[in-house]
Amino acid sequence: MSRRSLRVLPGFNLTLGYTLFYLSVIVLIPLSAVFVKTAGLGFGQFWDVVTTPRVLASYRLSFGASLLAAAINAVFGLALAWVLVRYSFPGKKLVDALIDLPFALPTAVAGIALTALYAPNGWLGSALEPLGIKVAFTPLGVLVALVFIGLPFVVRTVQPILEDLDTELEEAAASLGARRWQTFRYVTLPILLPALLTGFALAFARAVGEYGSVIFIAGNIPMVSEITPLMIITKLEQYDYAGATAIAVVMLLFSFVLLLAINGLQAWTEKATGRNR
Amino acid sequence: MAAATALRATGNVAARFEGRAATREPHWVKWSLIAMSLTFFTLFLLMPLIAVFVEALRKGWDTYLTALIEPDALSAIRLTLIAAVIAVPLNLSFGVSAAWAITKFNFRGKHVLTTLIDLPFSVSPVVAGLIYVLVFGAQGWFGPWLQEHDLKIIFAVPGIVLATMFVTVPFIARELIPLMQAQGKEEEEAAVVLGANGWQTFRHVTLPNIKWGLLYGVILCNARAMGEFGAVSVVSGHIRGLTNTLPLHVEILYNEYQFTAAFAVASVLALLALVTLCIKTWIEHQAARSKEES
Repeated sequence: MSRRSLRVLPGFNLTLGYTLFYLSVIVLIPLSAVFVKTAGLGFGQFWDVVTTPRVLASYRLSFGASLLAAAINAVFGLALAWVLVRYSFPGKKLVDALIDLPFALPTAVAGIALTALYAPNGWLGSALEPLGIKVAFTPLGVLVALVFIGLPFVVRTVQPILEDLDTELEEAAASLGARRWQTFRYVTLPILLPALLTGFALAFARAVGEYGSVIFIAGNIPMVSEITPLMIITKLEQYDYAGATAIAVVMLLFSFVLLLAINGLQAWTEKATGRNR
Repeated sequence: MAAATALRATGNVAARFEGRAATREPHWVKWSLIAMSLTFFTLFLLMPLIAVFVEALRKGWDTYLTALIEPDALSAIRLTLIAAVIAVPLNLSFGVSAAWAITKFNFRGKHVLTTLIDLPFSVSPVVAGLIYVLVFGAQGWFGPWLQEHDLKIIFAVPGIVLATMFVTVPFIARELIPLMQAQGKEEEEAAVVLGANGWQTFRHVTLPNIKWGLLYGVILCNARAMGEFGAVSVVSGHIRGLTNTLPLHVEILYNEYQFTAAFAVASVLALLALVTLCIKTWIEHQAARSKEES
């Protein structure tokens, strides 16, 4: 029998055709424009554009702050997921629902709200000022915005895995004499690790490309608090399309690598936990 | 990345673990973990949300309402609605069709296709805007042709709609694919064997099984479509009353130091986010109930 006659359900050509057409027109062809445009630049010129000191400083901030934000989210996200799954406390449902706020709240709104909070005259900024800590309009502000934007990723990847765990494994560990901390460290954490790393990678990927929530609080001082997406905007405003595109290529290549890593991590999560998501 | 937003439906796990001595932490551990988590939650999520409304109402209700009904704000609301009304149904048709092709058939390159659908999630919004400038802008591929025919895409409404579509492409597909994968295709095959056509099969067999996931994808897609900032900002040109969406209007007001007005408009978007979260929680509740029933 040929492969085709095995298809009982109708609509294969129609749905796959439409899917490929839509994806090509909206995503793939426009994305290819970035590479075509850069190819016309020549490698030497491309390299010069993407390694100017100001652009290099923006990579350092974007990648550094994103890594740190994702790490902070991994720690507190794991704690939040644990608390939401394992404990009962008043207000739990409300907290659980609001975790997704960064997904639902427009980034510009988050940006101005965080700036208002952490500005020297804001609720939190005025409390930190006497301690000599400045958040708004410094790289620390970038970090705060990226922590906000990445928070749900770790919680929402770890939470379902924790919910699926049964009491038996941990009871077995306890009956063999493990202390509670040892059980967590040697039994529970290894099961959660793939999901935790996936959440970390997702938060990191989102943070590197983030724009809206960062630009208000960052202050955008050249060489100090400019993120890489802002460099693209700056070049565009100077009508330097080639420069903007070259930096976009660097960001895109990085996104592709991260996307592959995330896919690998998700496959690992599925294998490790037997979940098919 | 929508994997992190997949629809969940589970019962009360906490009681099971807290009820047994072997799987329970000491009181001080439990309450310090709760305190630590909730402090983090309050600092990073709750306070920014509250700040939006406090700042918006700082000068009273009159100023608040004035900021919302002035003509530029109204036209920003209109444009935001237009972008969402076009982008969400188109991405819905794409999501359903992609999920049908991927979950009901086997073909080569399926994994590559699934990965490509995720692509817009990992592309920076700014880059998403830039690519349309490269294709349709004055210096772009179709720039001269568009100019000849007096058509405008960049710095006009079509560009805003396109950028919005790009950033929201994966939402519904990513929600439906795992759901339809888990459901298999036996029910649909039975319907076809019994004589149903493709549309009838989808309408009466598939749709009842995926309705909550579908709705879930639609409201998340809508929230992002109405709130998108970076991509839209690149292609908009920021022409007041013409190419300003609500998030861009917030930015303009803020940069003009009209803080109260900026927060007033922002509070509308924050309310939209809260409504989205309410509907989302309600859908989770419904999905959990229908899971228990089956």
